[in-house]
Amino acid sequence: MIIALAGNQNSGKTTLFNQLTGSNQHVGNFPGVTVDVKEGISKSDKSVKLVDLPGIYSLSPYSGEEILARDFLLKEHPDGIINIIDGTSLERGLYLSMQLLQLNIPMVIAINMMDEVFANGIVIKTNILSDYLKVPIIPISANKNEGIDDLMKAMIDLIKNKCAPPRQDFCSGPVHRTLHATAHILEDHAQRASVPASFAAVKIIEGDEPMLNDLSLGKNEKDMIEHGIVEMENELSMDRMAAIADMRYQYIEEITQKAVVRPKTDKHHDKTIKIDNILTHKIFGIPIFLSIMFVIFWLTFAVVGSFLSDLLSGGIDSLASVVSKGLNNFGINPVVESLVVDGVFAGVGSVLSFVPTIIVLFFLLSLLEDSGYMARVAFIMDKLLRKIGLSGKSIVPMLIGFGCTVPAIMATRTLTSDRDKKMTVFLTPFMSCSAKLPIYSVFAMAFFTKYRAVVMIAMYVIGILLAIVAALISRKFVFKGNPIPFVMELPNYRLPTAKNTMLLLWEKTKDFITRAFTIIFIASIVIWFLNKFDIRFNAVENSKDSILALIGSFIAPIFIPLGFGNWMASTALITGFMAKEAVVSTFAVLLSTQTESISSQLGTIFDPISAFAFLLFTLLYTPCVAAIAAVKRELGTKSMFVVVLLQTSLAYVIALIFYRIAILF
Amino acid sequence: MTLDKLAIGKYGRIIAVRGRGRLRHRLLDMGLTPRVIVHMQRKAPMGDPISIYLRGYELTLRLEDASLIEVEEVSV
Repeated sequence: MIIALAGNQNSGKTTLFNQLTGSNQHVGNFPGVTVDVKEGISKSDKSVKLVDLPGIYSLSPYSGEEILARDFLLKEHPDGIINIIDGTSLERGLYLSMQLLQLNIPMVIAINMMDEVFANGIVIKTNILSDYLKVPIIPISANKNEGIDDLMKAMIDLIKNKCAPPRQDFCSGPVHRTLHATAHILEDHAQRASVPASFAAVKIIEGDEPMLNDLSLGKNEKDMIEHGIVEMENELSMDRMAAIADMRYQYIEEITQKAVVRPKTDKHHDKTIKIDNILTHKIFGIPIFLSIMFVIFWLTFAVVGSFLSDLLSGGIDSLASVVSKGLNNFGINPVVESLVVDGVFAGVGSVLSFVPTIIVLFFLLSLLEDSGYMARVAFIMDKLLRKIGLSGKSIVPMLIGFGCTVPAIMATRTLTSDRDKKMTVFLTPFMSCSAKLPIYSVFAMAFFTKYRAVVMIAMYVIGILLAIVAALISRKFVFKGNPIPFVMELPNYRLPTAKNTMLLLWEKTKDFITRAFTIIFIASIVIWFLNKFDIRFNAVENSKDSILALIGSFIAPIFIPLGFGNWMASTALITGFMAKEAVVSTFAVLLSTQTESISSQLGTIFDPISAFAFLLFTLLYTPCVAAIAAVKRELGTKSMFVVVLLQTSLAYVIALIFYRIAILF
Repeated sequence: MTLDKLAIGKYGRIIAVRGRGRLRHRLLDMGLTPRVIVHMQRKAPMGDPISIYLRGYELTLRLEDASLIEVEEVSV
């Protein structure tokens, strides 16, 4: 039996889903955390499958999430719907319920956040609501696991008795008349399309294109319906779209007047206003946001994350040496030992050592998200992002990109619009990630001693400027169409719960580790192999003779126009595809020198102009394997290749233009 | 006047929602329907978007979109 969970964003839908299934899934206070449909098996009854639909406010055909939810409900025919509503903003929640009630599917309404409702002094008479809406109304507190058993019991009872909500009228007057007439006209068509007639009638009156196509009405019927609608519009002096929305809200106002007693003041919101007076302050709002981001970065990349990462990579190193000793004692072939130690341990280990950094970053960001601050960030930064065709919601992934592209791309999952998500994923690699910093610093030290800081800052600025240009161009040609309207709820501030945060961290960690042991594992072994053997598959002493070096010298000519057509540079770029950290260490190996003295050696293969061209290339060329794997996960294989090709060719063109112009002077 | 012109801290009653398509549908769905009373909360630091309080929750929208909403100022 399949039960769909439907409700507004921030209604606690995902928290409820986690309680029901014990599944590990992201719960956020940021509108639209659940972008794709998630499934889970009920903890209490293994025969019940729960489906977590995206957070939506209506069943209109305009946003991807709404279409998805609607298609699921109309075409998959779930056995039941649990409609979850945030009790503190009941009216807006019931607006969706009124559309769900017309689907002729057994339904229970769960009124969530009852703890907050009580604390706010709001009284909700669920029996009166239930009398009006003719479905069971169950008060719950999903985050405290209260009322969940009652909810499931009520739902399953309804499904067993096949008890769908009765067909009911929410209105009177002209809208009512038109609805009935329309439903009557399209009844046969609706039946053939297996859509409830009353639902179809409302949607047709609203001017819903997909519904019109599904019903395949004849010209005569269309004219008759249109005639009725125009009559209604004239009578109400209101157009159809407004008339329907108004009808629903009028009915909601009528029932909430009887069933809900609200105190004069909204305590929770008053508290939120006080916090917002500081956090979105006219002058201090943006500096506070930047400071918060700075502290998060500092904690992640300088304090906790790096400490834990060092600890973990130390652990991996000592484990590797223990394994290496054991293998030696066993007398195993040195090549196999090298595969295990230099290939698997070094490759996967270097990626695994990212895990603590990523966990810390996500822990801190999830606190911002669950508390409701992320929605404010979108509010504060929207005006800036709008100039490049995005909305304020995209700022967070892009900022994380300065730390690490991998979690940045994972964070785009919070964007509700497909277009915005895609565009953000494509722009994020322009934000120079922290792994590129050692490359800049080594080269700046070697060639631009005097202007070290300037060169390093220039890299970041060039990345951002190119991102802006890329955004403006792609908005014209690729990401056409209107961005999703920025009409977004600002949820009240809430204390994040430990359970949600832990579930989130577990999910991210699992996600990353799974990836580390699939694509990155394979890539590590391939690179190891190329670095270890020569073309006759003999193990090499010196990587100068390896296949990798051969490939490096093979592709090196491509970079002659850019000024660094040197096999070492090409080889470093290849290993940089594994991880950007590897660029510097590869130079160290190939130049047979220590990392500390690498700056002095680089002068033998670069001059300042080609060095800068090389830096431009590393700034822009393809993101590392881990980041590419993240792109694949979010957008699919095709987009992954597009990102690789686009970034690499852009890097080539920019470095070429720079080098060709610079050598003229 | 239109919603974008409503001063901070003032209340307005919605008279009509103009515009079309997806945006208009979204505004109506979010509860911005005729006769509802909205309370202007604040402007973002860069002056745009704005945030309003209605039907027990806070909503943010851009000035450009708010200018599609006809309101009359009321005192509560």
